[in-house]
Amino acid sequence: MIRVELPAPLLILARHEGEVALDVPGPATQRSVLGALEARYPVLRGAIRDHVTQQRRAFVRFYACRRDLSHESPDVPLPEEVVSGAEPFVIIGAIVGG
Amino acid sequence: MTGVRVLVGTRKGAFILTSDAKRARWKVHGPHFAGWEIYHLKGSPADPNRLYASQSSGWFGQQIQRSNDGGESWEPVGNQFTYDGVAGTHQWYDGTPHPWEFKRVWHLEPSPSDPDMVYAGVEDAALFRSTDGGGTWQELSGLRGHGSGPSWAPGAGGMCLHTILLDPTDPNRIFIAISAAGAFRTDDGGKSWRPINQGLHSLYIPDPTAEVGHCVHRIAMHRSRPNVLYMQKHWDVLRTDNAGDSWHEISGNLPTDFGFVIDVHAHEPETIYVVPIKSDSEHYPPEGKLRVYRSRSGGNEWEALTKGLPQQDCYVNVLRDAMAVDSLESCGVYFGTTGGQVYASADAGDSWAPIVRDLPPVLSVEVQTLA
Repeated sequence: MIRVELPAPLLILARHEGEVALDVPGPATQRSVLGALEARYPVLRGAIRDHVTQQRRAFVRFYACRRDLSHESPDVPLPEEVVSGAEPFVIIGAIVGG
Repeated sequence: MTGVRVLVGTRKGAFILTSDAKRARWKVHGPHFAGWEIYHLKGSPADPNRLYASQSSGWFGQQIQRSNDGGESWEPVGNQFTYDGVAGTHQWYDGTPHPWEFKRVWHLEPSPSDPDMVYAGVEDAALFRSTDGGGTWQELSGLRGHGSGPSWAPGAGGMCLHTILLDPTDPNRIFIAISAAGAFRTDDGGKSWRPINQGLHSLYIPDPTAEVGHCVHRIAMHRSRPNVLYMQKHWDVLRTDNAGDSWHEISGNLPTDFGFVIDVHAHEPETIYVVPIKSDSEHYPPEGKLRVYRSRSGGNEWEALTKGLPQQDCYVNVLRDAMAVDSLESCGVYFGTTGGQVYASADAGDSWAPIVRDLPPVLSVEVQTLA
């Protein structure tokens, strides 16, 4: 079970509270986790990554295990702690004022 | 019960203001979509309970929300705006070609007859249409592809298609406006388009009378006379009597002919409203006095409407989509400011009062007159 933390605006959009627990078939990667997340909550399609190119939106970041995974390939396996559910896969919006 | 519903888009959510026909006591509902930018929301003329809202965020992109109960509840619908075919390039600020990139929906224009048909004006400038209630969107790519598209360039606020006027007498005729490309018209339902900027004169472009490149801020139409359009341009207020084939200036005695909004009285097609704004760069009312100007002669002769509006120390702006009128017998006029005030007049502009004073900066105001 993969645990995913969403930023507040996306929780509101998805009408969900707290972490999202996902069963991810096959190897757990950014791509497969985001695919499972979007399958659960179709409203998040286009909000985290581009509809067509699948590129991460510029002001969205992916963290896990105190590391910034944002610039890693979306097909690199996620850390074992994320796969085991010990640590969440964290999606955040870049901090900005206003 | 007859009444009005004012739909307000702001930098941090949507608000719905309701009143009976007296327009004296108001209820404020919201924020809806708190924290998100709501560039525009608008109701279907064919079904007043069907509303569409453009919800966007620099972080999380575009959403389109739809309501079937007058804004009590909302559901997200399609948010995929993919340019038709090869997107191509337009001109960037430095003059180089820049790929067309979707950023947000500026304006939603529901069909007058079909609640499931709605047009979307987007940045980078293009026109999309949905025929399934916002579920899916298709670009009317004849606009970008008509020939001048590669020469279009963004204004400081981005290259946005911000105005969509549907001719109530001819479903094949649509007018749109783009900053900073100009105004365009189709007579075949969006397949082919042509610029309609003859008569515009813009000193900020190399050829002041060029076919495209003008920063049109807003166009307005009275539904009884769809060939007569009024325009607030970056500078100049203009009018056409032949559906845009030619324009002439009607700025007359305005204190400044810069501004963003322009609208037409619901029952008097020669009565028009603007809010003059000081520019360049200041973008607040001249002399710190918030004044709506009304012409009852279709332009040129303007009177200042000040009763109930701040006449000192006022430094707000009124953005291009932030004025609307209702269609009650005594026409109501409404506008919102970047200071978060929404002002209403129930007597065609003679007197004003704020409905609400402290919203986030107002991006758009629309009004529904409810039977």
